[in-house]
Amino acid sequence: MQVGLPHFLVIGALLFTAGLVTVATRRNAVGVLMGIELILNGANVNFAAFNHYVVGGISGQVFALFVIVLAAAEAAVGLAIVLAMYQTFKTIDVRSADVLRE
Amino acid sequence: MKLTTRTVLGWLAGAVAAIAFVAVMGNLAIRPAEQALRAHAEQPAGLVDVLFYVLAALTLLGAAGVALSRNILYSAIGLLAALMGAGSLYVFLSADFLAITQLLVYIGGVLVLLLFAVMLTNRITEINVSNASLGLAGGLVLALAVAPVLLAVATVTPWAVTEPAVVNHTAAEIGDGFLTRWLLPFEIASMVLLATLVGSVVIARKEIKAD
Repeated sequence: MQVGLPHFLVIGALLFTAGLVTVATRRNAVGVLMGIELILNGANVNFAAFNHYVVGGISGQVFALFVIVLAAAEAAVGLAIVLAMYQTFKTIDVRSADVLRE
Repeated sequence: MKLTTRTVLGWLAGAVAAIAFVAVMGNLAIRPAEQALRAHAEQPAGLVDVLFYVLAALTLLGAAGVALSRNILYSAIGLLAALMGAGSLYVFLSADFLAITQLLVYIGGVLVLLLFAVMLTNRITEINVSNASLGLAGGLVLALAVAPVLLAVATVTPWAVTEPAVVNHTAAEIGDGFLTRWLLPFEIASMVLLATLVGSVVIARKEIKAD
C-alpha cells in the first residue's frame, strides 16, 4: 500500500499514546520525562506530515524546530528539578514528593 | 488499600465503563476507518514504502519499549530508537534540516542529558507494575481509551491533500525565514534558552549550608 498522509498521522498518534502511557504509569521521574519527549515527537511528526502533504513551504518544519528547541529547554529544567528532588528526598520515585517543604 | 466492597464495586464499574467505551469506539470508528483505508489501498507499493514500514516499525517498537520496560536504561535505549525512527521519517517528508536537527539536538543533547540524570540519581531498576496505583492494566485502559480516537481521526477524515512543490534548499529557506518572517519567535526562543541555562544551574546546585 503506497504511503500517504494517514500513515504518518497514525505514527504520530501511536507515539503520542505511548508517551501518554509512559507519563501516566512510570514511577521514576526521569521515565516521566522520557514520556514527555515521546509526546512532543508525536506532535512533530504530525507537523512535518501536514507540511509535506497539505501546506507546502517550510512553515511546519519551522514550527517543529521550535518544538525541538523548547523540548530541549524543558528537559534541562525538568532534569534539574529531578536532581534537586534527589538531593532532598534521596529518591526519584514520584510518589515520594508529597510534602510542600522539607 | 483495603479490599472493601466499595473498592471492588468501583473497579468493576470502571472496567465495565472501559469495555463499553472500547466497544462503542470500535463500532463507530474502526469500521469506517477500515473502509477508508481499503479505498486508499489500491495503489501498488514500491521499495520506498517497504523502507517506510521498516522504519515505522522501529519507531513504534522503541516507543513501546519506553512505555513498557521495567529497566530505566532499556527505556532510554527505546527512546533512542524512537527518536532515530522519527528523524528518518522526517527525511521521507523532505524535511532534511529537521532530521539533522533532531539527531543533533534530541539524540545528542536531550537523550544524553536524560542518561546523565539516570546515572546521577542511581536508580537503575524499578518495578513499574504496581497493584496500588495505575499499573500495567491502567496503562492499557488509558491506551485503549486514547488510541482509537486518534487513529480514527487520522484515517477516516478526508484530508485535503494537495501535493505541493517540494522545497529543495530547506536549510537556506529556514535560515531566511528565521531572520525575516519568524524573527520574533527566534529571538524569544533565544531568551528562553538563556533563562533555561541560568535556571537549571540555580535549581540543581547543592545548597550551601550557612555555618
